[in-house]
Amino acid sequence: MSVGHTLLGLLESGPRHGYDLKRDYDERFGQDRPLAYGQVYSTLARLLKNGLVEVGSEPGAGPDRKRYAITDAGVTDVAGWLSEPERPEPYLQSTLYTKVVLALLTGRDGADVLDTQRAEHLRLMRDLTRRKTGGDLADQLVCDHALFHLEADLRWLELTAARLDQLAVRVRA
Amino acid sequence: MTATALARTGAGPTPPPRRPRRALAQWAADLALGVRLSVSGGRAGWVRLALIAVGIGLGVTMLLGAATAPAVVAAQEARSNDRSTPMWEPPEDAVAAGPGTILTIAARSQFRDTDVEGVLVQAEGDAPPVPPGVARLPGPGEVVLSPALADLMATDGAEALRGRWGEAVGTIGPEGLRGPDELTFYAGSDQLSVEEFASRTDRFGGVERADPDPDPTLLVLAMVATTVLLLPVAIFVTSAVRFGSEARDRRLAALRLVGADARMARRVAAGETLTGAVLGLALGGVLFAALLLALPDALGVFAGDLRPVPALVALVVVLVPVAAVVVTVAAMQRVVVEPLGVVRRSGDRRRRLWWRLVLPVIGLVLVAPLLAGRGIDTFSDTEQLSVPVGLGLLLLGVALLLPWLVEASVRHLGGSGGGVAWQLSVRRLQLDSGTSVRAVSGIAVSVAGLLVINGIVAGLESGETEVPQRDAADFQAVVYDNSGAEPRWGPLEGSRGIREISTLSSVVTTDPATGADVWIDIGECAALAVDTEVGDCADGDVFAAAPTNGTVPTAGTTLDLGEPGSSEAASTWTVPETLTTVPTVTGMMSSPEGEPARFLITPGALEGVEPLASSSSVLIALDPAVPDAMDHARTAVAQVDASMHVDPVVIEGLAPVLADIRQALLAGTAALLLLIGASLLVNVVEQMRERRRLLAALLAFGVRRRTLSASVLLQLAVPVVLGLALAAVTGTGLSTLLQIGMEVPVRLDWAGIGTTSGVAALVVLVTTAASLPLLWRLMRPEGLRAE
Amino acid sequence: MLDSPLLVADDLALSFGETRALTSASVQVRAGEVLALLGPSGSGKSTLMHCLAGILAPDSGSVTYDGRDVTAMSDVERSALRRTEFGFVFQFGQLVPELTCLENVALPLRMTGARRREAERVATAWLERLEVADVAAKRPGEASGGQGQRVAVARALVTRPRVVFADEPTGALDSLNGERVMELLVAAARDTGAAVVLVTHEARVAAYSDREAVVRDGRVRQVELAR
Repeated sequence: MSVGHTLLGLLESGPRHGYDLKRDYDERFGQDRPLAYGQVYSTLARLLKNGLVEVGSEPGAGPDRKRYAITDAGVTDVAGWLSEPERPEPYLQSTLYTKVVLALLTGRDGADVLDTQRAEHLRLMRDLTRRKTGGDLADQLVCDHALFHLEADLRWLELTAARLDQLAVRVRA
Repeated sequence: MTATALARTGAGPTPPPRRPRRALAQWAADLALGVRLSVSGGRAGWVRLALIAVGIGLGVTMLLGAATAPAVVAAQEARSNDRSTPMWEPPEDAVAAGPGTILTIAARSQFRDTDVEGVLVQAEGDAPPVPPGVARLPGPGEVVLSPALADLMATDGAEALRGRWGEAVGTIGPEGLRGPDELTFYAGSDQLSVEEFASRTDRFGGVERADPDPDPTLLVLAMVATTVLLLPVAIFVTSAVRFGSEARDRRLAALRLVGADARMARRVAAGETLTGAVLGLALGGVLFAALLLALPDALGVFAGDLRPVPALVALVVVLVPVAAVVVTVAAMQRVVVEPLGVVRRSGDRRRRLWWRLVLPVIGLVLVAPLLAGRGIDTFSDTEQLSVPVGLGLLLLGVALLLPWLVEASVRHLGGSGGGVAWQLSVRRLQLDSGTSVRAVSGIAVSVAGLLVINGIVAGLESGETEVPQRDAADFQAVVYDNSGAEPRWGPLEGSRGIREISTLSSVVTTDPATGADVWIDIGECAALAVDTEVGDCADGDVFAAAPTNGTVPTAGTTLDLGEPGSSEAASTWTVPETLTTVPTVTGMMSSPEGEPARFLITPGALEGVEPLASSSSVLIALDPAVPDAMDHARTAVAQVDASMHVDPVVIEGLAPVLADIRQALLAGTAALLLLIGASLLVNVVEQMRERRRLLAALLAFGVRRRTLSASVLLQLAVPVVLGLALAAVTGTGLSTLLQIGMEVPVRLDWAGIGTTSGVAALVVLVTTAASLPLLWRLMRPEGLRAE
Repeated sequence: MLDSPLLVADDLALSFGETRALTSASVQVRAGEVLALLGPSGSGKSTLMHCLAGILAPDSGSVTYDGRDVTAMSDVERSALRRTEFGFVFQFGQLVPELTCLENVALPLRMTGARRREAERVATAWLERLEVADVAAKRPGEASGGQGQRVAVARALVTRPRVVFADEPTGALDSLNGERVMELLVAAARDTGAAVVLVTHEARVAAYSDREAVVRDGRVRQVELAR
């Protein structure tokens, strides 16, 4: 999961101080693993270096009082990240959840994220199905195992898609 | 083998080339597919087919019967004509007597309640004509009997009939009889003369006798009865072809899916119905043939007369299958357009009311003469035809309105209250009431019809009892003799079965003051009391009854009782000062202009006047101790003059005949209800099969069998109750109209309503009971298994 | 050839009474491809398929098959299309219960005028191919669910249709039977060059497709991934 894209996405919904950014992140996505301050600032420094964020300093402020805002390049980067399907793998849902929430937060269509991901999942399932029908029993069993897992992910995707409206209300609240 | 391995085997079997068919071949193929489908439906399919066949078969039997009736009537009429004798003509117009002439006169008689009608014959020379079926003209004191009459005379109880017309010297052959049961005879006589109203002829047959116009009331009754019996059969036949239509609709939807277009599907359905119709035709033919073998005796018809008119038979054979197919095709218009009939049922449109009202409204217009309260006897020829047609249309209206009524009623039911069973059944009816209603409309129409007939019969009966109340205390039988030779009846006195006789002579004269008719009856007090409440009466009394419009001639008026216009003193009678007034009565004779003034005179008041009676009634007091006294009296009378008819003083009229009609109708209706019960059963069973998984699921989550059984009962009962209510209202309304039309007091036929409702309730209960075993079997948890 | 669309639905809308089943649905089916119509229950995917197959007529929009406007066709023409160009496999209930399995498979051929013997010879070959030759003489009610579906597949393919419409063909089957039916259906369709329009809500069934279109709220969301 990319912390950089997540922070960028949060910034897209509005400029923030580093501290607020960390709090927002923890509230929305960090139930198990709150972000360390160091990680926030090093990530922001990298984004700053790449021109994806800019700093608007406030008079008489220390390093803590820097306000970060997203640049146009940053917005493009977020869009690219959201529209890129994740490689289907176990425990994908936290990444996908983050993506959907950020999409909703930044006024994008959450369903697009899910649709893109579904397409990717299906592509993999197709490959597996093809391998299975051409293969021996061992192949079939292995492929079936993977297929069942992917199917479970897809079911979660469908469910999320069905609850998108509910989620949007909560995220934008 | 895996799919890839399979793929290597090639591109799969190649379909045969499409051959565009000629229209006719396509028709035949579609029909054949329908036939094939109709005979391969498993047990349920066979039951359905059998019901369709039985339904149509019964209809065909009735139609073949109807096709035979004209032939029977024609044959009977032909034989009747061959033995006919001419009407009486006055002596100056009569044929001259010769060696080849005979005198004949009709002799009407009865044995108990059965009519026996014969002919008295008297040869005037040595070469008399002989009636058909008779070897030799019977001489005086001899009689030739029909076989049925000979058999009757030979029975133990018929002692009083024996010897009534003389000694039996032979029997009449079939060529001289209308039917094998006909009771008739030719009796020889030596007392006939043209002066005494015998007709002279030189041959039997060839005389066209104009039938008297039948009583319009009876005619209307007969036409209504025919409608009432045939209409439910027609409805049954049309609903019979729709038995199992739900399964068929599913089948056709599947066919539509694989590319049958609407016309093809309709042809397939037509093919299915055709099987039932053809089987029904065959069954009807067999049933009819069986009836032909069994019925001649029961019907009193010669077997040889039962030859269905070929043209009509051909019509039946062609029309029944065509009608069945047309009904099928028309009934499924709505279903066929939808190839997803099973997968998705688009919301049914509500039934519309207006077109269902068209026929009943036309019916109402046609029965307008009845609605206007006019008597049936005042109907014109057209009205005598149009009123029964209107009644038929109104009855048909019951069948048409019922589906709408049920749907409209059910829509407002079940919204609140009621148990689970009620809810299930009402909701089911809301979804589709058509199938239940179709079967019920047969019940409704026959019940409504039965009520109409019962109303008519009840009306006729009460009409009969309206006949003048005569007093049968002293005299029970009467002979009307217009020969003016009443002394010849002397020998009756003291003969077996007769206690005494008395004579009532009638004279018609005119009131010289007004020129109006005055009727005078002369007889002993007891004889006068038969027609009139004379109260205290002694010899020498005179009674007077005022005419309908006017007054009795005043005291002192001289009335001529002798030869008209002779004015001899010996035959004039003067109205006395003292007379007793009695209420106007409808006497033994009546006049179209209303009742004339009447004098009832005891012999002592004649004061020597010798009236010239224009007719006389010989009143007979029967001996109640003698069994069949009436028939002994008839025999005694016949031995004086066989052309004289003995009437009972109190005429029983049509009552026994009407009771028979009523009974036959009730039996017919009961049979019809049974048939309808069978079709209800088919519908219910079919519905259950269709919903077996649902039933099993309901059971699985704890709905009790009792609840589901009750819902089946209610599902049947709701349409039946509504149908009966509609039938009761229509039937009672129509019979009320008819009773008003017959000018009799209106009587509601509660017994009829009660009986038919009871039978209908029974049908519902029996149908439910019969369907329960299947319900319980389907409700076992195994029903949950996938198909 | 794979790229020329064979069957095109454009901007379809259809309501059942108050219920809007399709609002603005567009989809293309290319010759020979297996297209999955995915979507939750009530999304309108079956309705869309019924419109594509000319079973239902849309309120607005058009369906074009091989350059011909299906929506403008008469019932007779659309029936003929179903008879000759299309095949159908449903979840259940599509077989005529009165006919034997063999007769069911032969039915579409007989409706196009084939003689009985010829039709049943071809039908027998199809039953063999779908590994259900043993139920040929049985009625559908006597066959198992999986066998019934294979009979239905045989019937759908017997006329060599160019498009097979399959609506939840494995919906009433367990996974193993369902997989087998899908394998046979797709393999047979590929062999005969038929396109398959597969309506399903199961991803593992959809995985037999070449491409998917997602139906949601009466609209089609089609995602083309860069390969």
